[in-house]
Amino acid sequence: MNALTLANLTYRWPRQATLCLDIPHLAIAAGERVFLHGPSGGGKSTLLAVLGGVTLPTSGTVTLLGERIDRLSSRARDRFRADHIGFIFQQFNLLPWLSALDNVLLPCTFSAQRNARAGATRDTAAQLLNHLDLVPDLWQRPAAELSVGQQQRVAAARALIGKPEIVLADEPTSALDAPRQQRFIDLLLAETQAAGAALLFVSHDERLAAHFDRRVALAEVNRAAQETKA
Amino acid sequence: MKAVLRLAFKSAWARRLTLGITLVAIALAAALLLTVERVRHDARANFAQSVSGVDLVVGPRGGATQLVLYAIFHTGSATQNMRWDSFAALAAHPAVAWAVPLSLGDSHRDFPVIGTTPDYFTRLRPAVGQKLTFLTGRPFAGTVDTVFEAVLGSAVATELGYRVGDHITLAHGMERLAPEHADKPFTVVGILAPTGTPIDRTVHVSLEAISAIHLDWVGGAPLAGLNIPAQQVRKFDLAAKEITAMLIGLKSRGDVFRLQRHINSWRGEPLMAVLPGVALDELWQTLATVENSLLAISALVVLVGLAGLTATMLAGLNERRRELAILRSLGAGPGEIFLMLVAEGLVVTVLGVALGCGLLAMGIVLLAPLVLSQFGIPLELRPPAANEIVLLLSIVATGLAASLVPGWRAWRMSLADGLTPRN
Repeated sequence: MNALTLANLTYRWPRQATLCLDIPHLAIAAGERVFLHGPSGGGKSTLLAVLGGVTLPTSGTVTLLGERIDRLSSRARDRFRADHIGFIFQQFNLLPWLSALDNVLLPCTFSAQRNARAGATRDTAAQLLNHLDLVPDLWQRPAAELSVGQQQRVAAARALIGKPEIVLADEPTSALDAPRQQRFIDLLLAETQAAGAALLFVSHDERLAAHFDRRVALAEVNRAAQETKA
Repeated sequence: MKAVLRLAFKSAWARRLTLGITLVAIALAAALLLTVERVRHDARANFAQSVSGVDLVVGPRGGATQLVLYAIFHTGSATQNMRWDSFAALAAHPAVAWAVPLSLGDSHRDFPVIGTTPDYFTRLRPAVGQKLTFLTGRPFAGTVDTVFEAVLGSAVATELGYRVGDHITLAHGMERLAPEHADKPFTVVGILAPTGTPIDRTVHVSLEAISAIHLDWVGGAPLAGLNIPAQQVRKFDLAAKEITAMLIGLKSRGDVFRLQRHINSWRGEPLMAVLPGVALDELWQTLATVENSLLAISALVVLVGLAGLTATMLAGLNERRRELAILRSLGAGPGEIFLMLVAEGLVVTVLGVALGCGLLAMGIVLLAPLVLSQFGIPLELRPPAANEIVLLLSIVATGLAASLVPGWRAWRMSLADGLTPRN
């Protein structure tokens, strides 16, 4: 079973004539780690919103873990997202007024399933933070006091806690300097593999693609982008 | 849901400065509204209490409200007097259980002086079922031999520091610089227990004393060349010829309208009998516009406070875009985002209202003595009455409505923004 399958997907922003997304087919296998690259404004964020079940496609199907999430109610999609998807954003990833550890534990408060899978949640969170090289002194600090690099590692731990089957990362390294970018990606790939999750890593920077199982250019799968270019 | 509310609390705590200022604004507005309502209510209750036991107030024909105001509350002034023989005849009327004459017009250091009979102390009721009691001393004797005796209300004694045995002089009229009856000092023979009514602020002397101090006066000023020393007043006839008003208690309340008609058509002179409760109702009706304006202004202040809450929360939403998008990505539905916002607004309102009650309590403790001495209205510390609870609940309900706006905005925003926090 694929972690993620898109078929004949189109998306058009309200009150716009042209399509933003037009993807005949895109699939990611369970546990597969895919690097998706495309220029800024190429519909990457919209694609992630559709995959996360926050935005419904204009047409076509979105199947995650065998579930047609485009057919679920909005409440059920929120539930599904909480249970099965971990998100990492570009920056400003954390709730600044929560401690690093509490930020990591957030998915467990929204999803009973992830809470159960995480087991002893605080130990699991501590283990993840250890693996992601965040020293214990920082765990109780409010997220706002951490550096951007430290925040991204906390965000990665939060995306991975409770073993979600799918991790979606939206330009998570763009706020980091070059040496830290590769280090973060290596940590993320290792931990994703340890968790057995599929990873869709979206970036405009192709140089980061090296260690992924597969790389996909959004422009190649998205016919809407091809039309605009032509 | 508990987890969501905990997050909402932590998030609000992170913005405690702006929310705190909003909370204080709501508290001040709520305290203002409560104060207006409390003073209004307590003033009415106090006025109604002051007339308990008195079935009719009788005086020369004129304004009914005015008569009650000067006969019971000793404010304003009488323009005419009624004759003693009218009083005597009415007091002897078969329907009348008791009658107390009142003679006003003099004062002592801003406190009104009334001339009356010792019956005053046994007949008047400071509250339903209560009698006047003496803190120290006794009533004035009301005989010709002991003319210059005075009984003080409790506030007169405490504010001026008088004790039984002290000597005081009365002034003619209510003005501060009124000519004094300095040649005829009175001895304080009794001090009444506090009642929370105008009695506390009154100096009581006998009708004979009022006659005595005015023996050598004509037209509101001492008569030049005539000076009757205090020792010699008993040689004169001190029986009152006129009084200002009288209070009547009936044997049976059922007779009240019959006696009222009887008095209103009195043949001897133009008299008027007033049911004090009815006159007070008329007074409240004339004051209703003022009261309602005050309440309306306070309600507007509350609305301004709550509009501040809405504005603060709406302004906060822009900074919280990322926070809300992160919560959405973690599985929070738009409903939960809405709940967070509304809970925040509701809690700020409820805390504001609670703080407002605290401010009111503090205000009462600090200002009660001043309000009592200036306006004669005793404000007491007590839990909110039903009408105040209605006000408090309507503030909270309005606060809830005010937080629906940012809640709805956050709902829309969290849907439109999707998962992408824009910076």
